Amino acid sequence: MKAAALVEVRNLRKHYPVRGGVFGRQRDTVRAVEDVSFLLHAGETLGLVGESGCGKSTLGRTMMRLEEPTSGDVLFEGRNLASASAAELFTLRRDVQMIFQDPYSSLNPRITIGEAVREPLDIHRLGSAADRRARVDELFEAVGLSPTVQERYPHEFSGGQRQRVGIARGLALRPRVIVADEPVSALDVSVQGQVLNLLVQLQRDLGLTYLFISHDLSVVEYLSDRVAVMYLGRIVEIGKRTSIFAAPAHPYTRALLESVPIADPRKRRDRVPLQGETPSAVHPPSGCAFHPRCPLAVAVCRGEVPALESVRTDGDDGHLTACHRHDEI
Amino acid sequence: MALLEVEDLCTVFHTEDGVVHAVDGVSFQVEAGKILGIVGESGCGKSVTAMSVMRLIPDPPGRIESGRVLWKGRDLLAVDADEMPQIRGREIAMIFQDPMTSLNPVFTIGKQLGEVLDRRFDLRGAAADERMVEVLGHVGIADAEQRLSQYPHELSGGMKQRIMIAMALMCRPDLLIADEPTTALDVTVQAQILHLMKQLQQEFGTAIVLITHDMGVVAETCDDVVVMYAGKVVESCGVFELFVAPRHPYTRGLLDSILRPGRSKATPVPTIEGVVPSLLQPPAGCRFADRCARAVAQCHQDEPLLATVSDKHLVACHLPLEVPPS
Ligand SMILES: Nc1ncnc2c1ncn2[C@@H]1O[C@H](COP(=O)(O)OP(=O)(O)O)[C@@H](O)[C@H]1O
Ligand SMILES: [Mg+2]
Repeated sequence: MKAAALVEVRNLRKHYPVRGGVFGRQRDTVRAVEDVSFLLHAGETLGLVGESGCGKSTLGRTMMRLEEPTSGDVLFEGRNLASASAAELFTLRRDVQMIFQDPYSSLNPRITIGEAVREPLDIHRLGSAADRRARVDELFEAVGLSPTVQERYPHEFSGGQRQRVGIARGLALRPRVIVADEPVSALDVSVQGQVLNLLVQLQRDLGLTYLFISHDLSVVEYLSDRVAVMYLGRIVEIGKRTSIFAAPAHPYTRALLESVPIADPRKRRDRVPLQGETPSAVHPPSGCAFHPRCPLAVAVCRGEVPALESVRTDGDDGHLTACHRHDEI
Repeated sequence: MALLEVEDLCTVFHTEDGVVHAVDGVSFQVEAGKILGIVGESGCGKSVTAMSVMRLIPDPPGRIESGRVLWKGRDLLAVDADEMPQIRGREIAMIFQDPMTSLNPVFTIGKQLGEVLDRRFDLRGAAADERMVEVLGHVGIADAEQRLSQYPHELSGGMKQRIMIAMALMCRPDLLIADEPTTALDVTVQAQILHLMKQLQQEFGTAIVLITHDMGVVAETCDDVVVMYAGKVVESCGVFELFVAPRHPYTRGLLDSILRPGRSKATPVPTIEGVVPSLLQPPAGCRFADRCARAVAQCHQDEPLLATVSDKHLVACHLPLEVPPS
């Protein structure tokens, strides 16, 4: 990799105990995030895509230390979020912020949206009262809301406007990295476009780095510079957006791309969809977790977990996939 | 004659804030054996339209004010309320985004399917079991015996939706109304369910009303399409015509805002500026006028009526878009 990474995630794991039985003993383990490593470069958008339950939100939350990692490192300019003390974490949070899917539940219904945006400034005691007021005005303008609506409450706004408030709040501390978890998934298409345009413009103006989590492949293709595909807790493919979408190397990525309906009736395909559903992360299949659904699976796929390897044998363009058979397809 | 003909349907809700004109003069037709898509953004009245056709609007607060729902020539809004359960079960079936709307969490799948067979077909015992296995086979469930002994919470979302479709089909309805049946599902499972619905249409000739907000789902699945905006139909035509030669500016805007393959953040997404008007006091004239780049004075004053612009293509617009040169 040429450019130095702003964030480096190394062998991150998050396992949850599953309790059961009369004494509430630990019965099993959900391996929500299993040995995930990747780099996030300054100024880029890395899209993290996968179906529900594949671990993408847990990965985001664990990176942010909203969940305690089971093991692994999350390095931000050499400082480790995964092992930081409470005080160190407090400082690190100024640089790394999160935006959530549901502006309805992430905003407190009893505080005005102006207070919601000011809150991080209060918590971090940044500037005088006048400075904070000026900063809140500035943030409202940056996300396309009139500063005059600050006294209103979240319920008075539409989903798209509430997401703008969520973004303003996320930007309050001038973070350099934003982890955005499905920020446009609850929005209708016409509003979704407005919020996507805003995210792109803010990235350009403020030099932000995004980890953009979504189940929606079209949105990920639009916004990302690079894309990582997750299946059952692991990254199965990662690379430049253009090479992932033009030449997906993992059979799961291909199936995922083929499943997306094409909004053009002239391009109707009579395809047989990928069979089965994602298995449980409590008892993931042996070897490659995708093997029970994979049309190309052979013995080795059942026996060994495939490692992420370069797809291209000539020069390294950073396109990696975890498939025993990627050479053959 | 069309299988289902909805004419000038108006449904309102009486709320604390006033009367919500949720569905305001909606008309469309469903041809036998065809899949009709109803598409539009959330709140435009798709679900209320479907629930009105089924006479499932809770009254109060809701009320079907006027209109006709001609089912094989009979007006369902005029039939005796006692007769509706018969029609709903046997002739028209409905499935929802959340299968738990129709599944009972405390009974096994087998018990619930068995009860439908018992009640409606007088089928019990071995004959009922046989029929259940057959129907589950139709919706792609091979391990039927195991599934029949399970409770809804033991099944994935996709599996529950298959069971719902199986239950809806047991009575061999002529029409299946599916309200966002794949919206809560993963994209690979959505592809399976849409594939299944098309198979059922082809094998049994079941007509389907597929309600969705996803233009991709419409393009891949439907024969005909109705586009709704703020409680009204703004355009209706065949699916090819809709995507190739839309005539309503709102339809055009929806199509333009789709993130198509190959698009990147280098160019902004075209959006429809502004917001949907309130259904409490809908504006005079065209409801889309405030957001429409083509709007002229007339659009803000006179309501455009749904009118034929070409064969089987209806548009409610004073200044419909030109047909693009082919
Ligand atoms: N029970 C109800 N009480 C009051 N308003 C309702 C009720 N059900 C639906 N509505 C209103 O009717 C309109 C149409 O809703 P709906 O048919 O659910 O839209 P869609 O299915 O297209 O998303 C919305 O404005 C909605 O708020
Ligand atoms: Mg609905």
